[in-house]
Amino acid sequence: MSLEKSTKRNHLILTIILSLLAALFLAPILIVFMNSFKSKLFISNEPFTLPNPDTFSGGENYIAGSQKIKFFNAFGYSLFITVFSVLGISLVTSMLAWYLTRVKTRFTTFAYYLLVFSMIVPFQMVMFTMSKTANMLHLDNPIGILVLYIGFGAGLGTFMFSGFIKSIPLSLEEAAMIDGAGPITTFFLVVFPILKPTAITVAILNTMWVWNDYLLPYLTIGTEYKTIPVAIQYLRGGYGAVDMGAMMAMLVLAMIPIIAFYLSAQKYIIRGVVAGAVKG
Amino acid sequence: MQKSIQKYFALFALPGLVCFAIAFLIPMVMGVVLSFFKFTTVTDGTFIGLENYRRIFINKDFTSALWFTVKFTIVSVITINLGAFTLAMLLTRGINGTNTFRTIFFMPNLIGGIVLGWIWQVIINGVLLPKGVTIVSDPKYGFWGLVVLMNWQNIGYMMVIYIAGIQNISHDLIEAAQIDGAGKVTMLRSVILPSIMPSITICSFLTLTNGFKLFDQNLALTAGDPGKQTEMLALNIFNTFYGRSGFEGVGQAKAVLFTILVAFIALTQLRLTRSKEVEA
Repeated sequence: MSLEKSTKRNHLILTIILSLLAALFLAPILIVFMNSFKSKLFISNEPFTLPNPDTFSGGENYIAGSQKIKFFNAFGYSLFITVFSVLGISLVTSMLAWYLTRVKTRFTTFAYYLLVFSMIVPFQMVMFTMSKTANMLHLDNPIGILVLYIGFGAGLGTFMFSGFIKSIPLSLEEAAMIDGAGPITTFFLVVFPILKPTAITVAILNTMWVWNDYLLPYLTIGTEYKTIPVAIQYLRGGYGAVDMGAMMAMLVLAMIPIIAFYLSAQKYIIRGVVAGAVKG
Repeated sequence: MQKSIQKYFALFALPGLVCFAIAFLIPMVMGVVLSFFKFTTVTDGTFIGLENYRRIFINKDFTSALWFTVKFTIVSVITINLGAFTLAMLLTRGINGTNTFRTIFFMPNLIGGIVLGWIWQVIINGVLLPKGVTIVSDPKYGFWGLVVLMNWQNIGYMMVIYIAGIQNISHDLIEAAQIDGAGKVTMLRSVILPSIMPSITICSFLTLTNGFKLFDQNLALTAGDPGKQTEMLALNIFNTFYGRSGFEGVGQAKAVLFTILVAFIALTQLRLTRSKEVEA
């Protein structure tokens, strides 16, 4: 009885500590939200106070900010590029992984190791030559950039899919082929459905990467087509003061889609991150 | 079966390999080659041997960026992993609301580096307001600001990996230790830590490589100010490439060194912690 009581008290203390920590974790987001409704002169002077009649500016920052950086265009580009890159990466790398795992030649082994190696190479190594290559091949548009994302995502995707494919018994595919199915039918009707959990993980990790990516779109399509991170950084402009009011409002708009996505697919996201990390 | 799949090379393997070649392989090879050339675009190079590599060290900015990056990475690897492990221990005791807490702690991870950098710039400037300074007044503000930012972003991510590790420890093992009279410290040192070595490997690997490759957060938080003193390696390389014309070769040489360094650190770290896993 007394043991139960002390566990109960411990749990209460723990809950209080965790709640305080949770508040601390949420505070930065709330502070930005609060400041997005203040007129820009007050943001740097009193960032931690609630808006009051003197400082409240309504939706002014939102209007000014979204006009300045064409936020809704940026949202459209970000959405298009993320959706199609992620679909492309999932499809292309699952096929590639199957080929490289099932066909064992010196070439496929070499290609596999090269793909895995690409995962640790920092982007700065290739950014200059890659953006020039993209430019020469006319890939500097929202459709061409998909090729670049598939190429950069190929390492992680192939690595994760082939890890899973190695664990699928070969007899399953052989049975399908003996029944007269060709490689195309076998892959899409037998193998791909089994890959679904890995496909979800790959899709989630790549969504987080592509949606938030800054340098690749900045260097290749940044002058004409600004994705959200590029548009946000663009608010900084050249020299001189940054319009902090517009900045706060745009940060809020930038966070809304991510938080909505997170809350609606939370279970898959956390599971995907854990699965991805364990295999990576 | 291998033979019949091999016939479909063009369908299964080619799309992925072509994208990979365009986005990574060709730029990578070009990058290594061009580091021995003087060039402004990729087609006008003249061979100059190791001159670019020599010029890296003419001024101190690369070595000071390296030093800043090393200090930052050491501090943030330690703080993130301690914080994440502590939270994971607290969240595996079956208290009410565990899921809500997990959701909140993980959330900052989905927000992109550029947005994060601006959020924390406002908050840190607000905290420094009574002192009458800003984040770019002194490099130590930028340093600790970046540490706080990375902790906020990464603790939740590493926490879910540690939680998965802790939940995998078998109950028999814990019970056996309890029967043998293991105290809390013994339990932590001899049962929990050895059992979660795989999680420790992954988390230290991720925090280490993320720290070394950090770019977006660095750009948005301080952009290297004051006077390049908070510039990390990735940003230093970027600024060398795009800051002024004529230094592209030096930037590329820096990128090669950076790649070798990251690859070396990643592989050494994996070997070190993996060897501990076997012992455990």
